[in-house]
Amino acid sequence: MKKNLRSQFPLLQADNELVYLDNAATTQTPSVVLDEIYKYYTKYRANIHRGIYDISEHASGAYEQVREIVARFIGADDISQIIFTRGTTESINLVAHGWAETHVQKGDEILVSELEHHSNFVPWYEVCKKTGAQMKIISLSDDFTLDMDAYARMLSKKVKLVCVTAISNVTGTTNDISTITRMAHEYGAKVLVDGAQGVAHRSCDVEKDDMDFFAFSGHKMYGPTGVGVLYGKPELLASMDPFLYGGGMVDLVSLEEVTYRDVPTRFEGGTPPIAQVIGLGAAVQFIETIGIQEICNHERMLSDYAHEKLSKIDGLTLFHPVINGSSILSFSMKGIHPHDIAAICNTQNIAIRAGHHCAQPLMKRLGVSATARISFGIYNTKEDIDALILALHAVQEKFI
Amino acid sequence: MDIYSEIILDHYKHPHHHGLLSDVKDHITVHNPLCGDTITIEVMTDPHDRIENVGFESTGCAISTATMSMLSDRIIGKTCEDVIQMTPEDIQSMLGVTLSPSRIKCAILGQEAVVRSLEHKA
Repeated sequence: MKKNLRSQFPLLQADNELVYLDNAATTQTPSVVLDEIYKYYTKYRANIHRGIYDISEHASGAYEQVREIVARFIGADDISQIIFTRGTTESINLVAHGWAETHVQKGDEILVSELEHHSNFVPWYEVCKKTGAQMKIISLSDDFTLDMDAYARMLSKKVKLVCVTAISNVTGTTNDISTITRMAHEYGAKVLVDGAQGVAHRSCDVEKDDMDFFAFSGHKMYGPTGVGVLYGKPELLASMDPFLYGGGMVDLVSLEEVTYRDVPTRFEGGTPPIAQVIGLGAAVQFIETIGIQEICNHERMLSDYAHEKLSKIDGLTLFHPVINGSSILSFSMKGIHPHDIAAICNTQNIAIRAGHHCAQPLMKRLGVSATARISFGIYNTKEDIDALILALHAVQEKFI
Repeated sequence: MDIYSEIILDHYKHPHHHGLLSDVKDHITVHNPLCGDTITIEVMTDPHDRIENVGFESTGCAISTATMSMLSDRIIGKTCEDVIQMTPEDIQSMLGVTLSPSRIKCAILGQEAVVRSLEHKA
């Protein structure tokens, strides 16, 4: 990284000693994002659409402009393909309820990778329970990458949907999305990509990778909490039922009939998270200003360094692929529970996560009940990793 | 405050009442949905419903394992009601440490396991 970005994050400035290594859970917020949110609340706060006064027009314009910013950022053709939601989970549930429940039936199959977060696992379990379709798991190889041979064998005309993460929130495995979509499309299957761990760390291009649906959250990409995005191909969005019924998404309402507005507004029932959408736009621009490739290179340097340092600790098992491992690394330490690792790191002001990371099927596959996890953001440095390594030695001393 | 006191680490490394009781068939497993930790437990009671013996196996952190170990020592001769009445403060005082809200969840899993096991028998 050309310059230290830590100074742009008020929280990290306020606690200058904090080593924040839990970016996969949520990232910190830079001043430029906070400023935009503050500006909305103090200069032009109003509900959007239909307001015939200046600040409402201003708020509507700012909100809609973020659609353009996001569309350009992920390589979408048209702004109508960008639906604002409350987060990745809601985006995926929108596809599950709005599309899958009416397009998947008994005898069909949904393929879900073993790497998935519960948010890209449980909705499909429920869809299968309701429709009688079958959910099948694309297994993980011992090198923590998806078994692409197994995937190839599982594909058939019965498969209607393939659900994969861009980057695993546990192992940091980066999936080869363009290959996954190409293979699925040969059988007419659609592909939903969970981009929650992807967008802030790697270039994600929905057109180039030919994704059918792409879901992500604002708060894992330096934006505010409570906002997310669903991208969908136009013909798929057009065939989808609304999920949240109410104000804002209707065209005409009478006692006899209700008609709905066009895509994407029909999927944004109720007052949307206006301030958060505006903050999301600022977050995208913040990432673009630094440059996604620069971010990717910086985090690759950190993850290679961490991989090497962690590998040298006796009794430490790393769950992170050597090739295409992103900036998320999980590990366990012999005889020490991950909670205890995280608790002792906390005494050194190092924030790491411990638990099943909402990926219980993956924990089972890895043969553990929980892991400790570190994940990097743009403000992390090699010194942060050095501090972590020292803390892990202190953990071992305590428990041996 | 260092929650990893000598006594907690000792109970974690060498938990008392560890291992399921061979002569009790009814075991109950409880888990902490936040972290996936589990405790499988068997409780033997006498004809007056007092706890006679406890055996457990667990996958958990030092706090949850040490608490289960210390709790097992403490509840012998007690009734289900006695165990139910223990407050999180009682458990922290037994451990001799003050825990953050998220770690209290680790500590009270053992109590839940004992109560569930006794209720299951009733």
